[in-house]
Parts: sequence; C-alpha cells; structure tokens
Amino acid sequence: MLQIKNLHASVEDKEILKGINLEVKAGEVHAIMGPNGAGKSTLSSIIAGNENYNVTAGEILLEGENISELAPEERAHKGVFLSFQYPVEIPGVSVTNFMKTAINESRKARGQEDMPANEMLKLIREKSELLEIDRKFLSRSLNEGFSGGEKKRNEIFQMAMLEPKLAILDEADSGLDIDALRIVANGVNKLKNKNNAVLVITHYQRLLDYIIPDFVHVLMDGKIVKSGDASLALELEEKGYDWIKNEGK
Amino acid sequence: MELKEKILASFMAFEDKIVDVNNELHDIRTSAIKNFEDKGFPSKKEEAWKYTSLNAILKNDFSVFAKNDNTVEFADVKKYFLNEVDTYKVVFIDGKFSSYLSSTTHDGLDVCLMSSALTKPKYKMYIDQYFNKIANLEDSLTSLNTAFSQEGAYVNIPKSKVVDKPIEILYFSTGSEAALMTQPRNLIIVGENAHVQIVERHQSLNSNPVLTNSVTEIFAQKHAIVDYYKVQNDIQTANLIDNSYIAQKQDSHVSVHTFSFGGNITRNNLNFYHQGEHIDSTLKGITIIGDKQHVDHSTLVQHATPNCESHQNYKTILDGNATGVFNGKIFVEKEAQKTNAFQQNNNILLSDKATINAKPQLEIFADDVKCSHGCTIGQLDESAMFYLQQRGIGKKEAKALLMYAFTSEVTNSVKIPELRNKIARIIADKLGVNMGFDL
Repeated sequence: MLQIKNLHASVEDKEILKGINLEVKAGEVHAIMGPNGAGKSTLSSIIAGNENYNVTAGEILLEGENISELAPEERAHKGVFLSFQYPVEIPGVSVTNFMKTAINESRKARGQEDMPANEMLKLIREKSELLEIDRKFLSRSLNEGFSGGEKKRNEIFQMAMLEPKLAILDEADSGLDIDALRIVANGVNKLKNKNNAVLVITHYQRLLDYIIPDFVHVLMDGKIVKSGDASLALELEEKGYDWIKNEGK
Repeated sequence: MELKEKILASFMAFEDKIVDVNNELHDIRTSAIKNFEDKGFPSKKEEAWKYTSLNAILKNDFSVFAKNDNTVEFADVKKYFLNEVDTYKVVFIDGKFSSYLSSTTHDGLDVCLMSSALTKPKYKMYIDQYFNKIANLEDSLTSLNTAFSQEGAYVNIPKSKVVDKPIEILYFSTGSEAALMTQPRNLIIVGENAHVQIVERHQSLNSNPVLTNSVTEIFAQKHAIVDYYKVQNDIQTANLIDNSYIAQKQDSHVSVHTFSFGGNITRNNLNFYHQGEHIDSTLKGITIIGDKQHVDHSTLVQHATPNCESHQNYKTILDGNATGVFNGKIFVEKEAQKTNAFQQNNNILLSDKATINAKPQLEIFADDVKCSHGCTIGQLDESAMFYLQQRGIGKKEAKALLMYAFTSEVTNSVKIPELRNKIARIIADKLGVNMGFDL
C-alpha cells in the first residue's frame, strides 16, 4: 500500500526527516510513536503532500506509484486521507456541504458523475450513526465552535465518508475523553478492512489499546530507531522514550 | 467648459423649470449650489479623499441631464431585481421615473417618488421636517446633489407598520448620453415601531461612462427597525458616490449592508447619527474587486447619546490592480457614556499589485465606554488551504471556499433569503467557481 524510501525533508533549511524507510501493507495498522519534535506530524503532512516542506531525497509510493510530486488534492483522489491534529474552522460552510464538495471533487477527478443526492444522504446517515454524530451537528459550520473532541470525531466521520485506502491519524486521540476515544477508535476499527491501511501517529500509547497496531515504530530525531509489535508501545509507555535513546548509545 | 462650470451654468435653467412645494426648497438649493461652487469637487488634498481621486472620471464630458425619456425592456433588466419574492419597486431610467417597471403604493404607506413629495402639498409637512435635515450641509458632493435633487425614492412608513414585502430602489443607466451624471435623492422615513427592508442598486446597461452622485437620508423613529442593502455590482465604466445619512431615535435598530463587487470608482460615505438612547447601528460590507477597480468605504458613527451600540464589519478581497479604502470613524461624544462601539475590518490581498488603505479613527470623549477596532491585512491561510486540498478539493475551489468563509459573517446577516442567495451567487461567480451547492 505505502512504501517510503529513504525520505529526507526539511523546512526552511532545517532537516526534520533524515532518511525514513517504512512499508505498510494493505490490511495492516502501523503506529508511529515518538517524543515531541521527533518529526511525527511532519511525516504525516509530507505523505499528504503539504507543500510547506521540501522533500530533499527519497520517495513515497502509494500502491507502487510515486506520489511525491503530486498536489495534496491529487493524493486525496488516489485515496490518501489525513486526520488533522488541528482541523481548520471554515465558517459559513456546513459539514454536509463540505462533504458533498469533497466527495464530488474526488469523483470528478476519477471521471465519475456527482453522487446522486439520495445516495449521499444515505451515506451521511450511515456514517454519522457509526460515529454517533447528531444530525443537527452536520448542519453546523465545519469545525466552527466545535470542541476538541467534536473536531476529532468529525475528522473520523470525514474519513468514513471518503473511504480512503490509506488513513493517517495524526494525534487523533488528543483532547478526547474516554467515551469519545472509544467512539473514534470503534469507527476506525469498523472502517478497517483487508484492502486499506491505517497509520496511527501518536505520542501516547492510550489510543493503541483501542486500535491495536500490527507494527509499532519509534521515530526519534527524524529517523525510525526501533520497530516492533504492539508490545513495544506498552514498553514505551512504561519506560518512556529515554530508554531507547540510551539503548542506542 | 469644465464639468464644474457646466454644472453651475445648468443650475439656473434647472431651477426655472421646477415648481417646488415651498420657497424654502429654493433657498436650500441656492445655498447648496453656493457651497458646491465654493468647494468644488473634492481633491486628494482633503484628508477624507486622500486615497480616492475623482480626477480621471471628471475629465468625462458628462451631461447633467438625460435629454430623452428612455425605456428598457423588463426582460433585459429582470436579473437585477429580486424575482422570487414580491416587492415594491421604485425604478428610474437615466434619472427619470419608470412607471412601467415600478410598483409603488400609497396604501397604508408611501412608496413613491421624490418628485411628487417635493411638489405636492400633502407631503409638505414631511419635506419641511425631513428633507436635507440630516445630510451634511458642508459636504460639497452632497450639496451638489441637493441643488439638483428632483427625483428618487420617497418612502414613508407610518407608526407600527411592518412593511409586508421588501422595497427595491433601482437606478438604470441606458447609455443614451455619451456620458451622464445623475443626482438621485432618496428620503426614507420610518415611523415609530415600524419595520422595513430596502434594497438599493445602481446599474449601467451600456459602457458609456456614468457618474452617479447619490444622497439618501434615512430617519428611524423610536423602536423602528430598518434593514438597508446596497448592491453594487456595476460595469467597469460606472462610477458611484453614495452619500447616506442615517438619523436614529431611541431604541431604533438600523443596519446597512454594502456589497461592492463592481464598478470603476465606488465611494460609500455612510454616516450614522444617534439621537436617543439604546440605539443599535450595524454597518457591514463585502468588497470583492479586481482589475483596476476602486472601492472606498468611509464610515462615520456619531455616538452622541448614552447606552448605544454600533457594530461595523467590513470584509475586502482585492485582486489584480484593485485598490480598496476603509476609513472608519467612530466619534463618541462626552455625553455618550456606556457606548459599545465595535469595528472590524479584514482584508485579503490576492495579488502583489492590489492595495488596501485601512484607517480606523476613534475619537472618544466619554470615559465609560467600550470601543474596539481590529484591522487585518493578509493572504489566504496556507494551513486552511492544505486542509481543504487534503480532502480532495482543488486549489481554485479551495481558495474560493476560504474566501466565501471569510465573507460569511456578513452574508449570514442578510435577512432576505433571496438576496442572500443572490449575493452568494455573485460571490461564487466573482471567484469563478461552482461549488456544487448553493453557498
């Protein structure tokens, strides 16, 4: 599904990613953990195509195709979804209208007709139930005045609507209470199947109790310094990140 | 002959022809033309006109009156009206009343013509009491209009009348003259506890240059509610100087929304005067222009009485070589304690060559007031662009969506749904996108 080969990236001449190698196969859940400032959010932004970062070396392949040069919307059309740590507020545009635009833009890019209105409504109903979202919520302006938890739940709702091949969840659990966390995790788990993949970016292990990863990678100072299975996350939770830093010495 | 001389020469002939309802009007006109003669057209040397120059447009050889009575077909101008709602209509073509396109009334309220009000005895009482009573007598362009004031809309809403449908005031220019200057004059009197919605629009139908120097006086009595909308989406050769004066009595609420999407030079002088307590004034505007278009919003809110509020919110998007001006003046007199005055002016520049001159001016003489002003100038938020693109929305559409969002605080407060949709469609059209839903 996703292959990252020797990825180097910088912002304003400061190198943030220093040679990342990662392979995520369809049907897998990978977690990337690491201390603050390790480059976790940078990595997710770069996979999604944020043009504020310069990719100085390496490549990103989605289903074998190099997407490194594509615009963010083109990557989205190919099935990349990023759940933002800080979703942007768009006043005056309702969640429903925003989703209609997003879905139909993707369909247009794939040469499909606009989704018929009744189908759209059905999809919205189904997915909002999955995320336990009140229908009234959908007519509110996107993210405007939403609580932290509502924003995160709304991100996963959008993911459910767009059905991406590769979903990257950037700190999807920050600001969530335990009930909201369960709803978000449950949503992700229900959407997961053998044809898609999930990349969970998180500082804390908590979310991984609910979304069980197949692989856990530790990102420190722009490099993946250790990889393992779900037990690695627990070990990190217990011992902190310094342990790995010291282990490397 | 220069335009000023031409105007002065025309005045005598003009006055000879009209029969005013009283001699006082003659005196008003005479002192007005005198003031215009003394001051002439404003120049950039004046502080209030520092960023807006009329020099280039004044070189046109404007006719002071249209020679012929012109007509237009409804089908050709239908799109400028609100069509899904029934409205009262006062329509003018080249400065003259078009009864064919209008729908006036005297049934329980007056929606009719200034020319009637100025000449018929039954209106004398109102003309004596209101005409030229809040307009700035020192302002040369207002004086020019007053001197030639003859036609426009006259609206008089009696006490406790809630007007059943919006009133549209439309001025069309046909281009029958090589260049035409008009002096529309509107008088709006809204009685105690009455409520009215008014939409005003000036539209050229042909590319011959037009200079419209409009004056509107609005009087809101106690507890009156007035929602006034100005739609400015004129063609590239049309120029508009809009001088609006609003006098508010106790507990009245008046809002003026100004949508500036077109024209060559547009200058909006919007002045609010408070004459009682617990008054609420709202001044909002959206400006979206490009090319070499120029829009100037010069606002004044004169807080003269205690416990009143004013809310200003102006959003501007400039592209190409467009220039914008926001000159917002809030004056809080010593007596105006407990004033709440807010002013917000946000500007987005889409091109390196676009310019905005923003100048908030707060003069506060009372010591127990809340006044705030915020002014921002910037480009579109990159992180928001990335967010929208990440959801599959192309760059152009994402830009448009963000600009729409930027203006939504103002569009959302339009109380006539059809007008709100119309504004949204004009915005989408300006931004060159079809969002796939009604914005």
